[in-house]
Amino acid sequence: MKKGIGLPVFPGVAIGPAVVYRKAQRTLPVSSGDPALEKAKFTAALDTAREQLTALYEKAKAEIGEEQAAIVEVQLLMLDDLDYLDGVNLAIEGGAAAAIAALDTGEEFAQIFAAMDDEYMNARSADIRDMSHRLYDILCGNTGFQLPEGSFLLVAEDLAPSETIQLPRERIMAFITRQGSSSSHTAILARTLNIPSLVQSDITLETADECQILAVDGFTGTWYVDPDEETLAMLRAKQAEAAAARNALEQYRGKESVTRSGKKVLLVANIGCPEDAVDALKADAEGVGLMRSEFLYLGRNSLPTEDELFEAYKQVAETMAHRPVVIRTLDIGADKQVSYLGLEAEENPALGLRGLRICLTNEEIFRPQLRAIYRASAYGNLHMMFPMVASVWELKAAKALCAKVRKELEDEGYPTKDVPIGVMVETPAAAVLANELAKEAAFFSVGTNDLTQYTLAVDRQNAKLGEFYDPYHPALLALMAHIAKAANDNGIWAGICGELGADPKLQEKFIEMGYTELSMAAGRILESRKLVCESDV
Amino acid sequence: MKEIKHVINDPLGMHARPAGMLVKAVAPFASTITVTAPTGTADAKRLMALMRLAAKQGMELTITIEGADEEKAAAELQAFLTANL
Repeated sequence: MKKGIGLPVFPGVAIGPAVVYRKAQRTLPVSSGDPALEKAKFTAALDTAREQLTALYEKAKAEIGEEQAAIVEVQLLMLDDLDYLDGVNLAIEGGAAAAIAALDTGEEFAQIFAAMDDEYMNARSADIRDMSHRLYDILCGNTGFQLPEGSFLLVAEDLAPSETIQLPRERIMAFITRQGSSSSHTAILARTLNIPSLVQSDITLETADECQILAVDGFTGTWYVDPDEETLAMLRAKQAEAAAARNALEQYRGKESVTRSGKKVLLVANIGCPEDAVDALKADAEGVGLMRSEFLYLGRNSLPTEDELFEAYKQVAETMAHRPVVIRTLDIGADKQVSYLGLEAEENPALGLRGLRICLTNEEIFRPQLRAIYRASAYGNLHMMFPMVASVWELKAAKALCAKVRKELEDEGYPTKDVPIGVMVETPAAAVLANELAKEAAFFSVGTNDLTQYTLAVDRQNAKLGEFYDPYHPALLALMAHIAKAANDNGIWAGICGELGADPKLQEKFIEMGYTELSMAAGRILESRKLVCESDV
Repeated sequence: MKEIKHVINDPLGMHARPAGMLVKAVAPFASTITVTAPTGTADAKRLMALMRLAAKQGMELTITIEGADEEKAAAELQAFLTANL
């Protein structure tokens, strides 16, 4: 047995097999500059892909069944599709590297199929992507990351947002990363999925490679490789205790969140994608207080289309039905850079072109999202808020664009509803200007993670600054009190959607300040409701 | 020029698999072979184009075959459609 420590980001115990995630060793897909050579590389990759898929086909037929084999067979046929081959050759002649040509042409076709008015054909876009990714991987010399069957604990140096969204979330029992902080994306995902996880852990990937059983204690922040009988028994007892505590919270399911003095609080969930909305409902969320809209933009090679965005928003709106859903418009930049946007590298991305700033300077990025939100508004109770607002003019400019977009859609015959527009208060400037912003906004939602980092000038991704990243800092709490008062004075509501919204040490204080909505990881809803219902404030 | 008419019998319509088999079946012929469905027209040698027709059960396909080997192609195609679609 070996053991070590890490910073726990969600309590609980997980015991199971370990999987080590390593970034793919890729050679950069740069074109040799000679189209003939790139075409030859592509032809060779086609042969390799054909061999791989044929082997997979035989295996599927023998072991899984005809239906799965047919899926592989379709991909084999697509490899030889003349339109696809023409597209790739054209791209190569235009100067693209074979790998990029294979991937981009596949994506083009995938989008055409995704947009068809035919459910069966929509699903084929996944086949096309799978096939073109296979070619891309072959051309990049990537052998791929293979996941085993069943559930596992994932060990990694660090995980990028685009990597975490590609993982089969229902099979992950825990994350253990060597880097990351308690507000990193891995930590946020762990809290969304309710899985015990450690960041800044001292486990080595080699140790994890060799282990039979890995265990994580998210209460104490300890990991165990091949735990002995005594340790296992202790961990299992803790696991049972945690399950019993969860069951005890069940009596709060379906109850109204009201304090003893009658203050009503809306307890809502933070979500990242339409699947999360289903989990939010299961966790008894009263709505969605923050839908991070970046997921559709990450892990791909081109901007999502208006229709793709619309489908995702509509799905969330319909899942949540009458319950309010707040969509935060695109907050890309900083730690979530996306190569196809062609953004220049920045010395200081947290203070750079991100959030509403990108949207206001690149209308072609913003407009499809706004159109998708208004089109989806007809299917539920949608709200939207803008991230990274620092000035009143920014809010006014974005609102003007919203009004224009809605008018256009109505002229085109789309049904739309009113979408209340709020500000995600996360810059100190917006907090100080809360009184002025409240006259233009329908609501405030405080993004405490960024507000903390900007107020205290502490980078939240920098693990070494942990002790300086103090969410209980009086400066931060003074700003938060000011925001709530400004909202109440101007007759709008204020909520909290950062990690602090779920902090049991602060929730009563926030309610006292005048916040009426707390948005958090879905798994925290019931315990928060217990706290609210037992509170005297 | 030869012309064949065929009503789709497969309950799934012209889904990926029969479309792929059709492409394979016509590949050896030099003739230009075009499939027209109520939803559009596609070159029978191009899989994704055929799939994009999203042709359903009950739809009538009109297939035109033009070229040196059109007689032989038409005969084989007729047999293929009856057996597979």
